[in-house]
Amino acid sequence: MAQKSMRDAINDALHLEMARDPRVIVLGEDVSGGAGGSSGEREASGGIFGVTKGLLPKFGAGRVIDTPISESAIIGAAAGAALAGLRPVAELMFADFVGVSLDQIFNQMAKFRYMFGGKTGCPAVVRLAMGAGMNMGAQHSQTIYPLLASVPGLKVVIPSNAYDAKGLMLSALRDDDPVMFFEHKALYPRKGEVPDGDYTVPFGEAALVREGEHVTVVALARMVVFAEKAIDALAKDGISCDLIDPRTVSPLDADTILESVENTGRLVVVDESPPRCSLAADIAAIVASRGFRSLRAPIEIVTAPHTPVPFARELERAYVPSPQRIEQAIRKVMQE
Amino acid sequence: MTLTREALARAYRQMKTIREFEERLHLEIQTGEIPGFTHLYAGQEAVAVGVCATLGDRDYIVSTHRGHGHCIAKGCDVAGMMKEIYGRRDGLCKGKGGSMHIADVTKGMLGANAIVGGGPPIAVGAAIACKLRGDGTVSVAFGGDGSCNQGTVFEALNLAVVLQVPTIFVFENNGYSEHTGVDYAVGSKDIAGRARAFGMPAERCDGSDFHAVHAAMQRALEHARGGRGPAAIEAVTTRFYGHFEGDPQLYRARDEVRRQRESMDCLKRFRDSAAAHGLSASELDALDAAVLADIDAAVAGAKASPPPAEAELTTDVYSSY
Ligand SMILES: Cc1ncc(C[n+]2csc(CCOP(=O)(O)OP(=O)(O)O)c2C)c(N)n1
Ligand SMILES: [Mg+2]
Repeated sequence: MAQKSMRDAINDALHLEMARDPRVIVLGEDVSGGAGGSSGEREASGGIFGVTKGLLPKFGAGRVIDTPISESAIIGAAAGAALAGLRPVAELMFADFVGVSLDQIFNQMAKFRYMFGGKTGCPAVVRLAMGAGMNMGAQHSQTIYPLLASVPGLKVVIPSNAYDAKGLMLSALRDDDPVMFFEHKALYPRKGEVPDGDYTVPFGEAALVREGEHVTVVALARMVVFAEKAIDALAKDGISCDLIDPRTVSPLDADTILESVENTGRLVVVDESPPRCSLAADIAAIVASRGFRSLRAPIEIVTAPHTPVPFARELERAYVPSPQRIEQAIRKVMQE
Repeated sequence: MTLTREALARAYRQMKTIREFEERLHLEIQTGEIPGFTHLYAGQEAVAVGVCATLGDRDYIVSTHRGHGHCIAKGCDVAGMMKEIYGRRDGLCKGKGGSMHIADVTKGMLGANAIVGGGPPIAVGAAIACKLRGDGTVSVAFGGDGSCNQGTVFEALNLAVVLQVPTIFVFENNGYSEHTGVDYAVGSKDIAGRARAFGMPAERCDGSDFHAVHAAMQRALEHARGGRGPAAIEAVTTRFYGHFEGDPQLYRARDEVRRQRESMDCLKRFRDSAAAHGLSASELDALDAAVLADIDAAVAGAKASPPPAEAELTTDVYSSY
């Protein structure tokens, strides 16, 4: 099997589905790049993160659409195209720009199916690059998925590795509802085994990344990588963990988490977002209410602090939950 | 109003400071010491300085992701800016903001902004305050050619007209938004015309000519200070580097920047007409030397400055909590 970066894995999925389904279009700022430039190079960019490379030469400017800087119109146009029978993929570039386009996401595409009595859906995919770790500052580093996961009508996908990213993207492109597809910027270059052909990873099915007996650790996106490090470090002390990657947080596979907690009796949830109204808080609440009797220790959550994302290297490093903090949290629940 | 010799020398020095600040950053970024990503303003100096030379500390500006030039032109401390860009404790924003969020409210500098189109509505709000104070102050909203396609900018243009507030919208047309050309992204291909359609006077000027920008700004100010509402300027300019540092610029013709450095360099053009304004080449050479010394000191100061303490992570989120 080929080793591919998460960037290339998502690119693979877009290529496959655009070839298979003529209704799929891609739109966003510089998804191709080069329009109106003086060099005449028509694919000067392929997306700021390189995820949409090669699409324009293959599928043409009719289906691979460079837009002006107009996020409300980009998302709104995706919503409208979806209502009119296309399957658009809108690239929002940095997830933070959701602020500019929020109405089209949460008042428009999220609610069509319900408001229109189930008579139509809005099969659009919005791609959002998220996450801290690159010193991009307060307006280019957030993990704002809790905001969108709280909106009924949106599906929210958060891959942690290349294999899942491709399979989840193919599911997203074939899904009949609006899908918010969060890509952690620090994971783009990380490689993993990715089959060349067509395969899907279903929504609402968590992955059991590690199996163990003492603690259930739930983590998302880059935090899965950090949690693996923490769990490896604990093995020498005879502590073993279930590591669960929900992969989609709306829908959320709560059953897999609850079953694991039934066995371990201990839960640590790791989330790069600030703690209030986070996925960590949400998952902790679900386990506290539905799995209360399984718990042998108070639930620990490991999150960013309740602050914007700072710029300076030292501060940003302190902001992002670290493998060490995850390790400490696991040790703490083990003390009970 | 013609500028005094002293004012012209100050303007030259500021433009040169911006240029050397950016040229130096271009080199320093390659050492890996500077965090994040940086958008250089080199090539556009005459716009920031031509505009801000007409303003005082009580006038406001809002800036963009490409904000270093606006900050320097509005009087922000160059050493403090450099420390901020290096993410150091004594930076203008304690290392919490970085290149894209430099601000100094005491200088009327209401912030660089990493959200394209984030600034203009804020400038309109500042202009409401100016109008209520009734002291003749104004706000300036800097934005790129790409920003004029953002809905927030349309709303700000209209609101400023409706409220008849003294905001000057300055669109710096450097030909590109990221990797896309202005003629593709701006449907009408006429940014000044777009502003005019909202009901304000707007003119296009040569953004590599300090005197042209300054004169356009004088006219805009006369209009706004006269209580007749907002005005707009489209300054045609260029950037000498990529969109951000590290941009391979595949969308640009190979020799475009070289040609523009010949024909559109605001410092060269200023020097060409300096004698006519009573400034000698040797005076300007002396300013150049002083600027280089300032930049050397700023970089050395930034490198020697300590990082922020970890406890700073959770301060400054609220005034009280
Ligand atoms: C809301 C938003 N959308 C997109 C971006 C990404 N982005 C940063 S700068 C830029 C281009 C801006 O072009 P222009 O306004 O012409 O300014 P210039 O970079 O040329 O100075 C884009 C698309 C952003 N920062 N904010
Ligand atoms: Mg531009």
